[in-house]
Amino acid sequence: MTEPKSAGAKEVWITGIGIVSSLGEGLDAHWDALNAGKINIDDKRFAPYIVHPLAPVTFDAQIPKKGDQRQMEAWQRIGTYAAGLALDSAGVKGNKEILGRMDMIVAAGGGERDIAVDASILSADAKGNSSPGFLNERLMNDLRPTLFLAQLSNLLAGNIAIVHGVCGTSRTFMGEEAASIDAARIALARIEAGQSDIALVGAAHNGERSDLLVLYEFGDFNLTEKFSPVWQREERGGFALGSAGCFLVLEAREHAEARGAKPHAKLTKVVADLAQRKQPRAVTKSLEALWPKLGVGDSGALITGATGVEPVTSDEKAFLRQHPGFAVRATGTMFGHTLETQFPLGLALAALSISRGALFPPNDPTGLEVEKAGSPDQIIVVGTGHWQGEGMALVEAIK
Amino acid sequence: MSAPRDKLGRPIVVVTGMGVVTSLGAGKQDNWAKLTAGESGIRTVTRFPIDGLKTTMAGTVDFVTVDPFSSTGLSERLAEMATGEALEQAAIGAKADFPGPLFLAVAPVEVEWPQRLELGRAVGKTEFGYEDMLRVSGGGRFTAYHRRFMFGSIASHLAETFGTKGSPISLSTACASGATAIQLGVEAIRRGEADAALCVGTDGSVNPEAMVRFSLLSALSTQNDPPQAASRPFSKNRDGFVMAEGAGAMVLESYESAIARGAKILGVVAGCGELTDSFHRTRSSPDGKPIIGCMRKTLADAGLEPEQIDHINAHGTATPENDKMEYNTTAVVFGDHLPKIPVSSNKSMVGHTISAAGAVEAVFSLLTLEHQRIPPTINYEIPDPAILFDVVGNKARDAKVTAVMSNSFGFGGQNASLILTREPV
Repeated sequence: MTEPKSAGAKEVWITGIGIVSSLGEGLDAHWDALNAGKINIDDKRFAPYIVHPLAPVTFDAQIPKKGDQRQMEAWQRIGTYAAGLALDSAGVKGNKEILGRMDMIVAAGGGERDIAVDASILSADAKGNSSPGFLNERLMNDLRPTLFLAQLSNLLAGNIAIVHGVCGTSRTFMGEEAASIDAARIALARIEAGQSDIALVGAAHNGERSDLLVLYEFGDFNLTEKFSPVWQREERGGFALGSAGCFLVLEAREHAEARGAKPHAKLTKVVADLAQRKQPRAVTKSLEALWPKLGVGDSGALITGATGVEPVTSDEKAFLRQHPGFAVRATGTMFGHTLETQFPLGLALAALSISRGALFPPNDPTGLEVEKAGSPDQIIVVGTGHWQGEGMALVEAIK
Repeated sequence: MSAPRDKLGRPIVVVTGMGVVTSLGAGKQDNWAKLTAGESGIRTVTRFPIDGLKTTMAGTVDFVTVDPFSSTGLSERLAEMATGEALEQAAIGAKADFPGPLFLAVAPVEVEWPQRLELGRAVGKTEFGYEDMLRVSGGGRFTAYHRRFMFGSIASHLAETFGTKGSPISLSTACASGATAIQLGVEAIRRGEADAALCVGTDGSVNPEAMVRFSLLSALSTQNDPPQAASRPFSKNRDGFVMAEGAGAMVLESYESAIARGAKILGVVAGCGELTDSFHRTRSSPDGKPIIGCMRKTLADAGLEPEQIDHINAHGTATPENDKMEYNTTAVVFGDHLPKIPVSSNKSMVGHTISAAGAVEAVFSLLTLEHQRIPPTINYEIPDPAILFDVVGNKARDAKVTAVMSNSFGFGGQNASLILTREPV
């Protein structure tokens, strides 16, 4: 679907980045952690399942009202926090004039269940207590009235509007990994076409949820027992869920220059497709079909959100082998799999690497990831969904 | 020759196919006949036990069944039906080869109670928690539930069935979702990215937990008997909305491409707009500024003056707060012209189809333009004296309609409006 850019397409800068994850919060903490090869996992709490837990965060720093924090479940707090970091980083926090016309596209899943209520209802059912009105009565009595608002997908955006005042437009895309690829793609296209000047784009994920583990266990997607880096999992397959929030401020160059904003990098392309995965090697073919749309040379750097799930990860490896000149980094090893957040995270780390003048080091005993010296001018970001959706972006240095 | 453009120099976006399913029936013909006859699709829920619920009626689509039942499965089927009708009318592309992207407004997806209970029973214990359920979740026994309860599953199914191009987008802006799906399609065509777009809104989520959730927020009408009289937009004795199911689908095309292939043009999406309210999670800013701004942005996007709107298809949920706020804000935007604008709420008959509402009501707005007849707001027996709309009460009204504004407002500060016209403006 990607058309050649029209002659008048505006240049789009990444002027703000907010990250909070299992590795910490903020750009410096992440840069240090990546360079130290840090990985933070918890293999006890949900054993035999492995998760990358959120690093300790003082939510008050970005969500000052305790009342607001109480209205949110963890995924919304993580996202609202990361969005605040991004607005700070872009220098627009509290700027009512800009925030009042800022567009927002959030990629979201849903909120967590009340685990105790579910378990209690299910146990009662297993004991044979199943009168016709049983479920209704328990839900009416046991659910917290405001829990619904902490579960609704579009209420992460709603909370960002309330807490930070981002209230131009608000759209929430859903659909796992692909949702955030499309969020970035649409935000970029709108700014390029002059439909928007500045946009907040991102996602949040709480990976420390047994209800989510159940959902992915239905498809046998969870990594169990022993942690290993993404490329080393191979036939064991699987992902370790991670907690993270990541938001970017995207902005038309003219708009950024007019307010004296300092960019990290520019976002040049985002392309996406939906392969019909019933066909063999569909993912390899889909990625190969997207690649030429980026218009890159035969060497450089590439950050992927590869999940470790099979056969998708092997299909992606087959694609990567076609481009041996690119130094690869898999965020899944360090951050775990953060679903909707993985692609914005890739974009953020690409922009960060460009602005710091270096690609962070490999974290992979298999040798697929290799050292890369020098300052990267271009970094490709790849997202391959664990069950569907493929996409790529090109992040470049501003010359 | 240059392509036909709107006042702002953008490609004109037209509608060449429409489909709709609601509790009134399947298809435009059936819906329009019942809608203009003032029939209600609201009935007492029979799909699941209603014991212990405060609200026991809804606009369920009971004539469509899916097996095994899930709200997500029903949403998918409703979307498929509406899309099928829209594509048949548009006669665009080839079978299973729609030449453009898909924008789908859909309710958030989650594992549902029948499946959760099935999983719980598989544990084989009488006291257990999620850790025990985890142990029996894998191994292939419940593989189908992974796909079923992925947020992208309905869009993925539609993309495969109808052959839409690129990455399909599933979206939620709560009760404004259907309008947002249309807006995304309009924007893609205006950018020149696509000549055609498929925009669908669907919702099949009348299930016990969904009803309980809205009930706990005191959002639902509890006037259960008779169910047909529960939804009372703009009435003094309104007490909440009525949950409902349905789907609306639209094929959008650039005017140029529709003309080039000789397609019949059903109407024009002349303008769309949105503006976020940051006041509260469920309540509108008391000054109404975000809604006022949303309507004004939409008028500006269409290049129209308030005086050029001759019908409003209201959000009109029948909650005490919404209808009052909708009147107050509309009065500010339309001023002296407001008494000349007939206003109606389709939700009085079909209920509130939540994620689908914006798309369903856009289809009804275009049917209003086509037939030059405004469907009534039924159950309008005791007008609210504080709402001075010219409500099309109880009986359909013939009227000259050239431009309709359709409004959608949702939880999370979501406001979206569309302006639909018969001819390019």
